[in-house]
Amino acid sequence: MARKFLCLSILLSIFWLGFSNPVHAAGDGESKTGFILPHVMDNYEWHFATIGHTHVTLPLPVIIYSPDQGLEFFLSSNFQNHETHKFGKDYGVGGYYIDENYKLSAADPSRTFYDFSITKNVAMMFIVIAVLLFLMLKSANFYKRNPGAAPKGIASFIEPIVIFVRDEIALPNIGHKKYRKFTPYLLTLFFFIWVGNILGLFPEAANFTGNIALTFTLAIFTFIITNVNGNKDYWKHVFATPGVPVPLLLIIVPVEIIGLFTKPFALMVRLFVAITAGHIVILSFIALIFVFESMAVGVASTIMVVFINFIEILVATIQAYVFTLFSAMYIGLAVAEHDHH
Amino acid sequence: MGLITPGLGLIFWSALGFLIVLFLLTKYAWKPILAALDEREKSIDHALKSAEIARNEMSNLKAENEKIIQEAKIERDNMLHKASEAAKQMIDEAKEKAQLEGAKMIESAKAAINTEKLAALEEVKVQVGILSMEVAEKILRANLSTDAAQQKLMDDLLKDIKLN
Repeated sequence: MARKFLCLSILLSIFWLGFSNPVHAAGDGESKTGFILPHVMDNYEWHFATIGHTHVTLPLPVIIYSPDQGLEFFLSSNFQNHETHKFGKDYGVGGYYIDENYKLSAADPSRTFYDFSITKNVAMMFIVIAVLLFLMLKSANFYKRNPGAAPKGIASFIEPIVIFVRDEIALPNIGHKKYRKFTPYLLTLFFFIWVGNILGLFPEAANFTGNIALTFTLAIFTFIITNVNGNKDYWKHVFATPGVPVPLLLIIVPVEIIGLFTKPFALMVRLFVAITAGHIVILSFIALIFVFESMAVGVASTIMVVFINFIEILVATIQAYVFTLFSAMYIGLAVAEHDHH
Repeated sequence: MGLITPGLGLIFWSALGFLIVLFLLTKYAWKPILAALDEREKSIDHALKSAEIARNEMSNLKAENEKIIQEAKIERDNMLHKASEAAKQMIDEAKEKAQLEGAKMIESAKAAINTEKLAALEEVKVQVGILSMEVAEKILRANLSTDAAQQKLMDDLLKDIKLN
């Protein structure tokens, strides 16, 4: 198992080194590290490599909804200079343009529009969903075909994790009465984040789970599930905390209400920061090679990147676990039945 | 679409994507997998329980077997005891009977011997009588061959009668 991880990490690192935009290395100090932030952020195109002057990119659909013009579809390559593949104000289409900071704007600033583009992260999500569906449906199929048999193949890989989520996350935090209802949500959450984290570590992959919009969405789901399922005791704790004198309630109740929102906020920020920071650290070590242009730094950086990749594989799992665990805890708090008040 | 400002598009797509995944996986993956796991856990539980029951039954059976063997041993001992007693009794009876029979046979043999003896003695007596008669006859014939001797005998006999 350890050897497999080592091989995987080395492979990932080699890919990182091989495909990291060498065009930036030719420029000044700014552009040598300039690829880091665009990588961890979202983008309208999926840029794989620049070989000489040839850009290997996957153009992605740009979908815009505006009240006055309805739904509009473009391809991200339409917004680029065909030679340099750079976005800019000069390459606008249909009254829209994408600026150098990858921000979609309307040529007429007074117009309002909503951007529903299939960005790099959305495309990445489709891959994550495809991998998830393949893994899970295949293993589910095994159980249907071999009732009562010991798991084999993918099922034997999935099963311990499913049992872990059920018995170590859902059951102890939610309680044996209600954990079954929330286990599917927690399982989906865990595998969605975990597969997203792991696939995000591949070279050229998008920083999908390290995007604040995704972590925001997942946190909102936990927030909704928690509060929709909150029972009488839960709301009583928020609005009329038992055992607290009435004057203190003036302080406690606002704190409790803020607490409702800080929980998902913490979920959102934790996953975003952990994954994005990991990507930035790996890319920074790679950027060091281009900044110093020295063999020694190259060797040292590569070793560090291998090491960080190990840690990131660990972090990918831990963050998926932590997000699921805290979601289970929040749900558990909302559905717990208190006898002692 | 900054680093820390969530973009509406991605929120929309990730919410949609997550909901679809949640729906599909819940329906087609988690439910069958969790049901299969429950099923297997139940069957393992059941197997363990029935193994426990079987073990208990085994030990019960063993105890019962031992009891039966114990009883059989006692029975056998009893039977052996009875048989030996019966044999002894039979032997005793046979001995007694044999003794009685023997005694009877000896008795009857004795009686037969006695009878034979008496018969033999009678025979001897008869033979002696015959012999003595013959002797007496011969003697008489010799002594009474003359008239004088006959007279004398007569006289003697008469004398005896007179004396009486």
